[in-house]
Amino acid sequence: MSETPRKAVALISGGLDSMLAARVIQEQGVHVEGINFYTGFCVEGHTQALRKKDRDKPKRNNALWVAEQLDMPLHIVDIVEEYKDVVINPRHGYGAHLNPCLDCKIFMVNKALEWAQENGFDFIITGEVIGQRPKSQRADTMPVIAEESGAFDRLLRPLCAKNLPPTLPEREGWVDREGLHDITGRSRKVQMELAERFGFDDYAQPAGGCCMLTNEEYSRKLTDMWRHQGDKDYELDDVMLLKVGRHLRPRDNFKVIIGREEGENRFLEGYRKQFTHLYPTSHNGPLTLVDGEASDDDLELAARLLARFSQGKKADSVTVDVVRRGGEPRSLEVAPLRPAEISRDWYI
Amino acid sequence: MHQVDARRLLCPMPVIRTQDAVRDLEPGDELEVICTDPGVKHDIPVWSRINGHEVLEIREADDEIIVHLRVGER
Repeated sequence: MSETPRKAVALISGGLDSMLAARVIQEQGVHVEGINFYTGFCVEGHTQALRKKDRDKPKRNNALWVAEQLDMPLHIVDIVEEYKDVVINPRHGYGAHLNPCLDCKIFMVNKALEWAQENGFDFIITGEVIGQRPKSQRADTMPVIAEESGAFDRLLRPLCAKNLPPTLPEREGWVDREGLHDITGRSRKVQMELAERFGFDDYAQPAGGCCMLTNEEYSRKLTDMWRHQGDKDYELDDVMLLKVGRHLRPRDNFKVIIGREEGENRFLEGYRKQFTHLYPTSHNGPLTLVDGEASDDDLELAARLLARFSQGKKADSVTVDVVRRGGEPRSLEVAPLRPAEISRDWYI
Repeated sequence: MHQVDARRLLCPMPVIRTQDAVRDLEPGDELEVICTDPGVKHDIPVWSRINGHEVLEIREADDEIIVHLRVGER
């Protein structure tokens, strides 16, 4: 080992692998700080904050939790705007859904490299393991990430380094290659053993599920949004709204977002000024946003649909206030749709 | 007293806003972060601990959560 304490920045997802990778390098006397990127598609936060069933679960940000376990600073970086190009135009394509995993990894390593250069850090570490992920963590993608990110041999994967050519930190003696690992494949056995050795008995198991873009249902909603707006652009609000409520498209020109419970209704209330919206006044029921250009006839259909999800679903008539964007409320008396009138195809 | 309005933002955005505000402050400065996501009651204290800042108080009023912290040396 060299005498100068070296500094590494570790990509921290909040999962076990990046936690272990950071610890392995800490053990070698390197000063490690974590970096975590917020893309807008991160699973954590959204549902936990909104839905009762999720609020009952222990609430924590896993990346912060990992940093605390490792006693290291964590820098959370908002990359929402820059990340759009990764999602919209992935050079290496999508995975099973709209997950641009390889482009995502290249982008994040590049951002970590920029951060490292600005802050005087020597190299970058990730928790990647060869064979762990079908799209981004393969033997043939490891050099692609190193090269296209611009990190080249300043990118060290401590969990599988022994299966790869020595990197700069190894060649320079900043880290001891013998203290690194040769993990391959999807089995988690070695990681579990390492976790036990380090005394980690509680850690997140995201299994690729830390990004909404790996979720089939979410990807379907995003695809639907892109198809109907005519391009693949999005804003952070879109990303958030796709996560909230029931999304139904009764007609091609509009869809409705119906809150499923109080937390979601409260969240949707923040969008009332931006969207035409409806809410029942004769019965309790959800706030509903209308996305698209809806005619009066469309809004009556939306009101009948909303009435079906209200406590007046079996009533002959439900009063629904309709507020066009920036307009005044207008009351409609509508008959709730019968279940048979709601096509399964409406659900996005 | 410096203030950050992080209302209607979901975690980790309130943490990011806090982090960005603290970057421009001096050790010993105090900051209030006004939030609505209950997750901040956990996340901002953890972020503060690992980055060397001190949460002085978390209070709740109506649907708002106000986190009061003092900027540390790190």
